[in-house]
Amino acid sequence: MPKSLFDKIWDAHEVAPGLLYVDLHLVHEVTSPQAFDGLRLAGRKIRRPDRTLATADHNVPTDGTPVAARIRDSLSRVQVETLERNCREFGIPVYSLGSDRQGIVHVIGPELGVTQPGMTIVCGDSHTATHGAFGALAIGIGTSEVEHVLATQCLVQAKPRSMRIRYEGSLGFGVTAKDLILATIGQMGVDGAVGHVVEYAGEAIEGLSMEGRMTVCNMTIEGGGRAGMIAPDETTFEWVIGRPGAPGEIPEEWAELRTDPDAAFDREIDVDASAISPMVTWGTTPGMVAPVTAAVPEPDSEQDERALDYMGLEAGTPIQEIRLDRVFIGSCTNSRIGDLRAAAQIVGGHKVADGVYAMVVPGSQQVKLQAEREGLHEVFTRAGFDWRGAGCSMCLGMNPDVAAPRERVASTSNRNFEGRQGRGARSHLVSPQMAAAAALTGHFVDIREWEAPQ
Amino acid sequence: MRAIETITGPVSVLGRDDVDTDQIIPKQFLKRVERTGFGEFLFFDWAKEPGWELPRNPILVTGRNFGCGSSREHAPWALEDYGFQAIIAPSFADIFRSNCTKIGLLPVELPASDCAAIADAGEAQVDLAGQDVRWPGGSAHFEIDPEIKHRLLNGLDDIALTLAESEAIEAYERTRERSGPVTTAL
Ligand code: SF4
Repeated sequence: MPKSLFDKIWDAHEVAPGLLYVDLHLVHEVTSPQAFDGLRLAGRKIRRPDRTLATADHNVPTDGTPVAARIRDSLSRVQVETLERNCREFGIPVYSLGSDRQGIVHVIGPELGVTQPGMTIVCGDSHTATHGAFGALAIGIGTSEVEHVLATQCLVQAKPRSMRIRYEGSLGFGVTAKDLILATIGQMGVDGAVGHVVEYAGEAIEGLSMEGRMTVCNMTIEGGGRAGMIAPDETTFEWVIGRPGAPGEIPEEWAELRTDPDAAFDREIDVDASAISPMVTWGTTPGMVAPVTAAVPEPDSEQDERALDYMGLEAGTPIQEIRLDRVFIGSCTNSRIGDLRAAAQIVGGHKVADGVYAMVVPGSQQVKLQAEREGLHEVFTRAGFDWRGAGCSMCLGMNPDVAAPRERVASTSNRNFEGRQGRGARSHLVSPQMAAAAALTGHFVDIREWEAPQ
Repeated sequence: MRAIETITGPVSVLGRDDVDTDQIIPKQFLKRVERTGFGEFLFFDWAKEPGWELPRNPILVTGRNFGCGSSREHAPWALEDYGFQAIIAPSFADIFRSNCTKIGLLPVELPASDCAAIADAGEAQVDLAGQDVRWPGGSAHFEIDPEIKHRLLNGLDDIALTLAESEAIEAYERTRERSGPVTTAL
């Protein structure tokens, strides 16, 4: 019987019906402390420390704080130190403050080459879906499940339904992976993929870099999906091979990691990639999104009205007239070297607009070092951007990087929920290029017609 | 985990769709390393809005796609700590639903019309064994994964159940486990 990529990975990992073996378990400081406590209480050990990897990301200050003990916020400090202590006690490798491998968990997994095609990967974080860009089955889990995986290296899981989103045509000039996924979520809704593992396919996907593919899979969760995946190809193999945790040569089995021609899906959607424009969210869910050329839409539900009220927007306002106070380039959606290069290219030799505070937060220390080798940090700092250390930062503001009430933010992150980037803060999700241009002009611009300010 | 059978009592109503976990328990409360004490921070920002009312009842009735967003189990912990034992909605986000079942908070999926009727009735009885919800003036059957139902009805510890399959796990590791990566050797 023809099988999908998802079926193949599922079958290869089923220990018993409904019990899935986990090849890699990624851990961070926020969703793990209670899991380690649970293990200790029950006197349980960790089954496979050698398949487990931890980092500190959500709470880390991005001001260059060198060690956990120096984190000023006491709760954050306790959380990061607890992670370090738990990892020491249970023998798990951990990249915390001070390590040049520290970074957002979904950035460092691929970067270290521990994210590989054909694997099952879990993490106590919804954006685990990111790793599906490599042709892995990557599932976000909660703390009870973290404890379960630590103890058993298995996940109890009924097989989700399958869905394929096929993109016809290719993306136009200036249109990025971020726009593709925002447009898709706008089309299918924030619960459009609930209960499904989504495979993204088609020419527009094949044409994306690994960074772009990670951006797409990352936001699967914003469309409600259980996991997102993309069949690995030469682009994938080239990216992975030779990294610290990866094999030196392409394993033969990787060639089979693709959906068979007649494989069945529970659902299929087609999207015209060539019709997608640069996108900007205007509301408080990622599905409240419009092309940059459009205007803020008329509300057609109480939820829309509430969103417009929260966002301080009037229906009918052209998106390009929305003025910004802050710009955030970062998060596990768009903080990789390719994202920073794309943003820096827009910035060129120009300056951040008056009255705008703009920050760049690389996804990992490795990304930061690479960007500095390339001189990107100078492009940003000369323009007036704040160049920060690696972490989640203002994606959710568990560290000191938060927006003030009513401040309007152009953000390359994945969630524009109420209060996400600071209480009362108003977030607009965009691509790195769109965020960079917004920083220079102080409002949204159509990147396809971008001319740097004089 | 406590065993669940029937949950009876008045219902609280939160008539909003796509309620995300950032609203259920905002990020500033995720810094705690304990599992308890989250109830007082439930809907921290919304609770300040004029007219907000959410009594501590055993049952919550709410809108579709409840619990979307992050995987934080702090959201079910907060709902449970607040007093809810069952949540009735037209649909739930996947990770949230799964997290609820791990701690014995029962997610019940019913059509929006039934949810509205239950909200109007103001009280209900959720019978897990019989898989139905009854309220003054109506009743409805709900679906639940049989495996999850079994665990909830008996208050079973997932980890102990899986550890009982150790032989199968060992056999998998001997014969089928893929060769990498080895995180301890990076
Ligand atoms: S960058 Fe944002 S979305 Fe990504 S893991 Fe961190 S907090 Fe979550």
